[in-house]
Amino acid sequence: MPDGEATAAALVPGAAPVPGSGPGARSPEPPLTYLDHAASTPMRPEVVEAMAPFAAHVFGHPSGSHRQARAARAALEEARDQVAQVLGCAPAEVVFTAGGTEADNLAVLGALGAAALERPGRPTVVVSSAVEHAAVLASCRAAAARLPGVEHQEVGVDSRGVLHLDQLADALDEDVALVTVMLANNEVGTVQPLSDVVAEVARRAPGAFVHTDAVQAAPWLDLAEAAAGAALVSVSAHKLGGPKGAGALVVRKGTPLLPLMVGGGQERERRAGTHDVAGAVGLAAALAASAAEREEESVRVAALRDRLADGIQAAVPAVVEAADRKDVLPGHCLLCFSGVDREELVLLLDQAGVCVSGGAACASGALEPSHVLAAMGVPDADARGAIRFSLGHTSSSADVERALAVVPEAVARLRG
Amino acid sequence: MQVLVAMSGGVDSSVAAALLVAAGHDVTGATLKLWGGPSDSGCCSVADVDDARRVAQQLGIAHHVFNLADEFGRDVVAPYVAAHRVGRTPNPCIECNRTIKFERLLARARRLGFDKLATGHHAQVTATPDARWQLRRGADGLKDQSYVLSMLGQDALAQVCFPVGHLEKAAVRAEAVRLGLRTAAKPDSQDVCFIHGREGRGGFLAQRLELHPGVVVDERSGETLGALDAVELVTVGQRRGMAAAGERRYAVDVDVGSRRVTVATAARARVDEAILEPGSVTWVDEALEDGAAAFAQVSAHGRPAPCTVRLGAGAAEAVRCCFDEPQRPVAPGQTLALYDGRDPGAVVGAGIVGGSRRVA
Repeated sequence: MPDGEATAAALVPGAAPVPGSGPGARSPEPPLTYLDHAASTPMRPEVVEAMAPFAAHVFGHPSGSHRQARAARAALEEARDQVAQVLGCAPAEVVFTAGGTEADNLAVLGALGAAALERPGRPTVVVSSAVEHAAVLASCRAAAARLPGVEHQEVGVDSRGVLHLDQLADALDEDVALVTVMLANNEVGTVQPLSDVVAEVARRAPGAFVHTDAVQAAPWLDLAEAAAGAALVSVSAHKLGGPKGAGALVVRKGTPLLPLMVGGGQERERRAGTHDVAGAVGLAAALAASAAEREEESVRVAALRDRLADGIQAAVPAVVEAADRKDVLPGHCLLCFSGVDREELVLLLDQAGVCVSGGAACASGALEPSHVLAAMGVPDADARGAIRFSLGHTSSSADVERALAVVPEAVARLRG
Repeated sequence: MQVLVAMSGGVDSSVAAALLVAAGHDVTGATLKLWGGPSDSGCCSVADVDDARRVAQQLGIAHHVFNLADEFGRDVVAPYVAAHRVGRTPNPCIECNRTIKFERLLARARRLGFDKLATGHHAQVTATPDARWQLRRGADGLKDQSYVLSMLGQDALAQVCFPVGHLEKAAVRAEAVRLGLRTAAKPDSQDVCFIHGREGRGGFLAQRLELHPGVVVDERSGETLGALDAVELVTVGQRRGMAAAGERRYAVDVDVGSRRVTVATAARARVDEAILEPGSVTWVDEALEDGAAAFAQVSAHGRPAPCTVRLGAGAAEAVRCCFDEPQRPVAPGQTLALYDGRDPGAVVGAGIVGGSRRVA
């Protein structure tokens, strides 16, 4: 059995190899090169610090009336103010959730539930892009399956991964109650033309609300501006240096929403349940820290990403970059290694300490074919070799150099 | 050594991984997702993957899930259905071992730089003094799985290992208990992994091919003895549903085209020769010589029957196994594993039964 502490130390990004970890014949732990920020990010030290009191002595129930409760409530509302400021909404419009998936579920099922109640006997249509995160697509499908009259319609993307606005326009009419288009895609990083979507919806389906899943975009775009037209905006803390299991949904004033969780009436009866004060504080701290450095970080990380993507393509033949870099978030790079199986490349890179993603996994943990690449028309043979490299706030040029030292050799080995 | 261990989520492969770790090897676990979605049974259910992953965590080794569902559907399930369509009796576990575990997974292990691929099979690989590899029965006679591995040759055997093959099953479970592995008390896997107990073979096949009613005909009198719901579901050698006037009969021929199952009495159903399809025969090492004595086994835990192996003149000719004593019927499509006549623990080769010759 490996020594628990030694293993933990080896998981710190950039940490040196741990000598003597594991039994004699086992390979030494390589240094960690973490290139999977789109999956999750390391917590920022200031976030850990901000959350610490709520894991220790500030434990009151924020809905109570004594001093412990007041302390917790004050922290919660301070966090709400911070979140509202970064997201460009009023504090009352922030609904804390247990992460991005819950925010997406609440937005889609909540908005459609309210809409379906308001229009009995009439169709209630939800339009989504074909490349939404599973949390949104599954919510749309669940709404269609569970709620009477609800129908789900998908709108395709072009080969760059950008929504077909003309197809969206065709899909919009008075039956449409909700349009959900992510601000940026999780797999390829393509940023969607959300303001065009909002304008199109205002023109053709003025009664409909727009939801945007801004989970991936949050570290890189100013949501106060980029998501301004959306009535519902989902964010998640762990994509920008915050804790897992904490997120928020912006519900702009005048957006009818049926709660998924009912109980104690928290979050203005939009999300019942005792507040995760530490999570809310962590989300706020992460959003604030990320916003404060967003501009410089976007430039810095995009340069690292470019060096990585260009370096790999210079050293490895038959690589296709799935999307056009000018449409993509600064940290994202999805490369298709023709003739390579992504499961094998992920494993080899993992052995070398380089953490990347081969795509979304099903319940068992096996990789599933990518619905995003399929929607973009990427041939199966290329999609089988698709690897997402994603950089973030802890990424350094050492990470990039390490990946450049490892990836070409691994690909060459797998191609035989 | 760098070893990739295929972990099904069962106790045998869990302990196989544990023994490799204890021996100081650099071990990586892999579970194959072969079939279906989040079902609660079958060899690749989410619960089994969870078990395998948890055991890997307990052992402190990396664990990966490989999605070979397309390949499994194409190379194992589709041929399984196709064989029934023509009245043959396939063995999907053998096809999975042949095409998935010891072909695709082994090739993957090689590409990834592993020295060995390990599984939890109860069988043993030993090196001979002249540096050849032998495939031998597992130490636990009741759990021996050499039959389902009998198609392996030198290339594969050089790179596979079966860490629990030298152990009794009870010892495997005891080791799992000692290590506190959550799979210690899991029941052994049964039957065909991709078929649910509740749907059964008939239900599974009914969704994938057209089943036809047919008649049961006596081989001697030519008389029609009864009717059947589905000719495709009858296996040569089957007794159930074949009785005539209270007397036992055994299926000796399944002809899907004419919707007819021919039956015979036990004595007349017996065969003295099984014919292996040309091209299906594989040898663990050197081919047996014409006239060599061997033991033939036609099911996973069947009784080995002494026989003499007759080779055809050329590669295109069938290999015949001439039984010393008449045997129960052998179904076309089944694998026949050959064990050494002088060393009954050693597999020498295997082939797929194309036909047989009845004594009567």
